[in-house]
Amino acid sequence: MSDATISSGSAGSTGPSVENPAPLIEPPRARTGKTPKSTRTNFELYGWLFMRLSGILLVVLVLGHLLIQLVLDGGVTKVSFAFVAGRWASPFWQAWDLIMLWLAMLHGANGLRTIINDYAERDNTRFWLKMLLYTATVFTILLGTLVIFTFDPNI
Amino acid sequence: MTTTLDKTEGLGPAAAGASPYITATFRIRRFNPEVAEEATWEDFEIEIDPKERVLDALHKIKWEMDGTLTFRRSCAHGICGSDAMRINGRNRLACKTLIKDINPEKPITVEAIKGLTVLKDLVVDMEPFFQAYRDVMPFLVTTGNEPTRERLQSAEDRERFDDTTKCILCAACTSSCPVFWNDGQYFGPAAIVNAHRFIFDSRDEAGEQRLEILNDRDGVWRCRTTFNCTDACPRGIEVTKAIQEVKRALITRRF
Repeated sequence: MSDATISSGSAGSTGPSVENPAPLIEPPRARTGKTPKSTRTNFELYGWLFMRLSGILLVVLVLGHLLIQLVLDGGVTKVSFAFVAGRWASPFWQAWDLIMLWLAMLHGANGLRTIINDYAERDNTRFWLKMLLYTATVFTILLGTLVIFTFDPNI
Repeated sequence: MTTTLDKTEGLGPAAAGASPYITATFRIRRFNPEVAEEATWEDFEIEIDPKERVLDALHKIKWEMDGTLTFRRSCAHGICGSDAMRINGRNRLACKTLIKDINPEKPITVEAIKGLTVLKDLVVDMEPFFQAYRDVMPFLVTTGNEPTRERLQSAEDRERFDDTTKCILCAACTSSCPVFWNDGQYFGPAAIVNAHRFIFDSRDEAGEQRLEILNDRDGVWRCRTTFNCTDACPRGIEVTKAIQEVKRALITRRF
C-alpha cells in the first residue's frame, strides 16, 4: 500500500480550504430561509401506517389475482378479452381490481417517494423526480379507474 | 530454590520466543485541509501487544511516530464517547476495541465516522449531531412546585426507559445510519434514543411535545429499520427498538 502522498502545491485551486475543509453538510433543521417549516401534520405517520395496512391487503389481493389469472383453470392460456369481460361483469371483481389498482399504485408511489427522499442528493433532482412520480401515479390510477368503470364488452 | 531457578531458566527462552508483541498495520484515513484537498490512506506499522486497544495503537502512533495524527479522546475508558471511529468498516469506540478482536493480521483501517464533516484526520464536526440532540429537548420538563426532596419513581417506571439512559452521545449510531448519511436532516438514532429516555419517563411532562417533534418529516418515520444503529452502539442499547417504541407511541396516541 502506498503511503500518503501529500502534495503541498494544491494551494490556490478551488475546493476545500482551511475555512471550508470538506463538502459541508447542512446542519439539521438549521433555520435558514431555505429550510422548510415544520409541518405539524401527521402525513408521515399516515404514510407509514398506510404502507403496513395496504401491504397486508395487497398480499391477499395480488396473490389471489395471480392465482386466478395464472394457475387455476388452465393457467395463463385462458386469459383473453372474453375472460376479462366475463370477470368484469361482476361488481365483485370490479371492486377487487379497483382496490388492487389503487392500493398497489399508492403503495408503490409512497415507497418510491421515500426512496427518492433518501437517495436524491440535490433538492432540484428530488423535486422533479417526485413530480414525475406523482404524474405517472395519477395518470395510471385515473386511466385504470376509467377503464374499470367504463369497460364495454361489446366494443 | 535451585529447582525454581532452573524452572524459570527453562522457561526463559520460551517466554522470550513467545513475545506478546506483534506487528500490526494501521491504515488510517488522513485528512489535513492545510496541505491537501483529498483525504488519503496512510499506513503505520507498529509493534504492539494484541491485548491492547486500538486507542493505545493510535497513541503509540501519535506519540512516537507522527505527532500530526489528530483524533478525539477524553476518558479513554468507554464513558465519554469522544473516540467513536470507523474501525475496519464498523463504528466502534477505539478505547473499547481490542486489537486481537479485529484480526491484526490484515491492515486495520481506521477512519472518521461518516455523515459528518471531517475537520482533520479522525475529527469530525459534531455540531449537526448535537443540534439534533438539542432539538428533542433532552431535559426534564415538569410543572407545578418543585418537590422538597427527590422526584420519586417506582422501579418499574424506571425500568421502562432504563436502556436508553445508557447513551454516551458518541454518535456511533447516528453516523452508521444510511438515512442520516444522505442529507443529514434526519434526527438520527441518538437524538431519538435521548427523546425516548424522557418520553417514557413517568416524571416528565413534555412527552407530547417531543412526540410532536419526532412526528415531523425528518423524525422517526424516516427510520428504515436497517438496525445499523443497534449494531454500532458501543453501549449495547437496542436503538432500533427504542425508535420503534416511539413510533408505536405516536400511533397509539393517535388511534
